[in-house]
Amino acid sequence: MNSLTLNGKNISFEPGQTILEAARTHGVDIPTLCHLQAADHKGVCRICVVEVQGADRLLPACATPAGDGMVVDTHSSKVVQERKMLLELLVANGDHNCLFCEANGDCKLQALVYEYGVKNVARRAGYEQRPIDDATPMILRDFNKCVLCGRCVAACNDVQVNNAIPYPFGRREDKPPVTGWLPVADYDRCVHCGECVQACPVGALLEKKALGKAMTWQTQKVRTTCPYCGVGCQMWLHVKDNQVVKVTGVEDVLPNRGRLCVKGRFGYDFVHAPDRLTTPLIKENGAFREAGWDEALGLVASRFSEIKAAHGPQSLAGFTSARATNEENYLMQKLVRTGFGTNNIDHCARL
Amino acid sequence: MAGLAVSLGSGAMTNSIAEMEDAEVLIVIGSNTTIAHPVLATFVKQGVVRKGAQLIVIDPRRIPLVDQSAIWLRQRPGTDIALINGLMHTIIKENLADTAFIAERCENFEEMRKVVEGYSPERVEEITGVPAGEIVKAARLYGQAGKAMILYTMGITQHTHGTDNVKSLANLAMLTGNFGRPSTGVNPLRGQNNVQGACDMGGLPNVLPGYQPVIDETVRAKFEALWKAPLDARVGMTLTDAMTAAADGRIKGVFIMGENPVVSDADSHHVMAALKKLDFLVVQDIFLTETAAMADVVLPAACFAEKDGTFSNTERRVQRVRKAVNPPGQALADWQILTALANVMGLDWKYESPQAIFEEIRVATPSYAGITYERLEKETLQWPCPTADHPGTPILHVGRFSRGKGLFAPIEHQEPFELTDEAYPMTLTTGRVLYQYHTRTMTGRCAGVNDMAPVAKMEMNPADSARMQVVDGEFVQVSSRRGHIEVRVEVTESVREGVVFIPFHYAEASANALTVAALDPVAKIPEYKVCAVKVEKRPQPGLHG
Ligand code: SF4
Ligand code: SF4
Ligand code: FES
Repeated sequence: MNSLTLNGKNISFEPGQTILEAARTHGVDIPTLCHLQAADHKGVCRICVVEVQGADRLLPACATPAGDGMVVDTHSSKVVQERKMLLELLVANGDHNCLFCEANGDCKLQALVYEYGVKNVARRAGYEQRPIDDATPMILRDFNKCVLCGRCVAACNDVQVNNAIPYPFGRREDKPPVTGWLPVADYDRCVHCGECVQACPVGALLEKKALGKAMTWQTQKVRTTCPYCGVGCQMWLHVKDNQVVKVTGVEDVLPNRGRLCVKGRFGYDFVHAPDRLTTPLIKENGAFREAGWDEALGLVASRFSEIKAAHGPQSLAGFTSARATNEENYLMQKLVRTGFGTNNIDHCARL
Repeated sequence: MAGLAVSLGSGAMTNSIAEMEDAEVLIVIGSNTTIAHPVLATFVKQGVVRKGAQLIVIDPRRIPLVDQSAIWLRQRPGTDIALINGLMHTIIKENLADTAFIAERCENFEEMRKVVEGYSPERVEEITGVPAGEIVKAARLYGQAGKAMILYTMGITQHTHGTDNVKSLANLAMLTGNFGRPSTGVNPLRGQNNVQGACDMGGLPNVLPGYQPVIDETVRAKFEALWKAPLDARVGMTLTDAMTAAADGRIKGVFIMGENPVVSDADSHHVMAALKKLDFLVVQDIFLTETAAMADVVLPAACFAEKDGTFSNTERRVQRVRKAVNPPGQALADWQILTALANVMGLDWKYESPQAIFEEIRVATPSYAGITYERLEKETLQWPCPTADHPGTPILHVGRFSRGKGLFAPIEHQEPFELTDEAYPMTLTTGRVLYQYHTRTMTGRCAGVNDMAPVAKMEMNPADSARMQVVDGEFVQVSSRRGHIEVRVEVTESVREGVVFIPFHYAEASANALTVAALDPVAKIPEYKVCAVKVEKRPQPGLHG
């Protein structure tokens, strides 16, 4: 039986679990910043440190295996002091003014600073402004907000396996990056999937098309299925005032486990394109004119009926759509089979 | 699809996407996975870099997945059958076949073996251009794996021999016992988000919902009772046949919902001419597409974000679509338009919501019977899911093939429908680019995404471009026996000498103005993948620049 003492309570754990995993299984929250489960990325930021009896220093819960008989304290005063100190360092080493930040309300650093009561930290004297990468139409990278957690690097190399944000150190060596390192993207390899943006815990990486469209708490999230390829990724549509302002992947569910590609994540503008069809159109003398539904459907029904009466059901055909829903495909073939009276029904993409 | 249904009894993907991570060996053939199915490709790539899977890429083009591959077999376009026969030849010769599996679960092995006997690696090298040694290496890798998965897409099906190509892949997997277990099987990756669902729902001329044949009297009786209407007993026309029938006046009225065949279908001149001849064309779509522009009546539809419903993904997973915003103007969801139209036509339909339609689908389609909107709120389900307490089916053919025994098919190599000759000396293949989707009605309107690949580019090998003295970015004229287009050249090693590649997304340089509508006799899929073309330098380059 594997068990340990967590905050004075005896808990069991599975062999191979980390202290973090064991604690989470039992509903005890330990804060994390760099930990990215999907890529087994951990041990960089030390926000998750805990006090383990007998250890000569605080240990990162995300990277420390749970041990039989361990006595662990997740929120001792020593732990809280350490976390506070780490947070102060992070704030001092960046440009963290939430008032001007798109991630306001959806930022791990902001949440932790609030939770741990960190106050009035000034920017470090001699802080050198870091670059802002505005080179692509989809992603904005402001390294002044970067907390050097490496999650974007792990997301790019180990989740999407695009290898476009180089590791500063050997592959996943669980140590903090070298001084001066920034997670800069190599645009010869980048395919703009935006996995890095989704992984970033702060406002350093942002969806450019969503900038200024909505504050995080003003949106509603609606879960749906991607309209593009047959993978059927699960996505959140972030909606404000009847507009889709952003799309993100639904974490931890199949088939995509939070991942999206460039089309799924950034290909939503067509929904609100100005040239969407908004009324039925009837062609007269070679040109379209707008019409109401009653007129248009009446014309469609009568013309199809006339053709059927004159030439038989086999003179009609219907093509259904690989982009319509199951329900709509079902109705389309039912209409052709029972209304037209023929099996001349097919769809365009035969794979 | 047709090929797999013949061999196994079901045309759907046999296994699931997440299993790709755990395969020992993966064969990716005729699928530019990172481009066409990017997120699915991440499972393949993770399998390779994090779990040590060995990847065999079989593709005439140097696709991005080649970077992760252990072996890349670069066959001449249209020679897949010979290559697969060559792999099987070696597997049998080196005693890597799973004889117990073959004896217990398959039939017709001897016939297949006799054909394959004639495909020594040396002979296959002559046909395919792939070195004999590489064929042997790949055969050993796949043949020795405990669990191996095959993935394919249109590169396999869009040939006149597409059905045979697919059967060959089923042969290969049966030969090695790679069925009915995790991380095995033969897996067609569907290109558009709900092709699977369109087929499941009976959007095919020969089957009713759930792949129940229209020619089967008991099936028809069941549907006639459910729909309270008589049904035609004859198999209908496929889209391609219907276009031909329209061209010679037998089809007079067509209703197209959400498709743009003028750009997406092979031999687009033929499609346009056919649609022009119609007495009456109705197109229901979200934009005034090239096809909608030809219609007599256009009906404005809602897009995915504006309606409720379900899509079925490539691994048979039935997933919810949810309304997030209102459709523009008077646009309505396709199901609302269809219901209203049916009622004007006197059919008396009473559907009040997609959920109500789904309830009828459950009755009509046994493999969907156990799926409900309520269950989909809490769990994710893959069909077949026949009852309300069934957990769904991630892996098909466990213990037994859907058709009973797996059917080996003896298949000989045949040359593609259209071979190169003096007048048309180069081979054209078509496909996709990452940043565009289908005919660009959606991606073409997306800022940023469209900017990544705003114009069509034809890939050409440096040896060919040097010979023709054309440079990167230059416009050339490309012609086939059916038409010609002008397109920019991109000089790249990704295609081999004598082969050019044009993405099919772009209306202004429509690859399908060149392709052949010659059909696979069974699946009726046009041969988009191979045709003969000539490429000519234009006298005044850059006119369109
Ligand atoms: S950009 Fe974001 S995810 Fe990447 S290292 Fe910086 S804070 Fe972490
Ligand atoms: S996000 Fe990309 S991979 Fe996923 S379904 Fe959409 S198009 Fe396919
Ligand atoms: S979360 Fe554990 S070290 Fe960063």
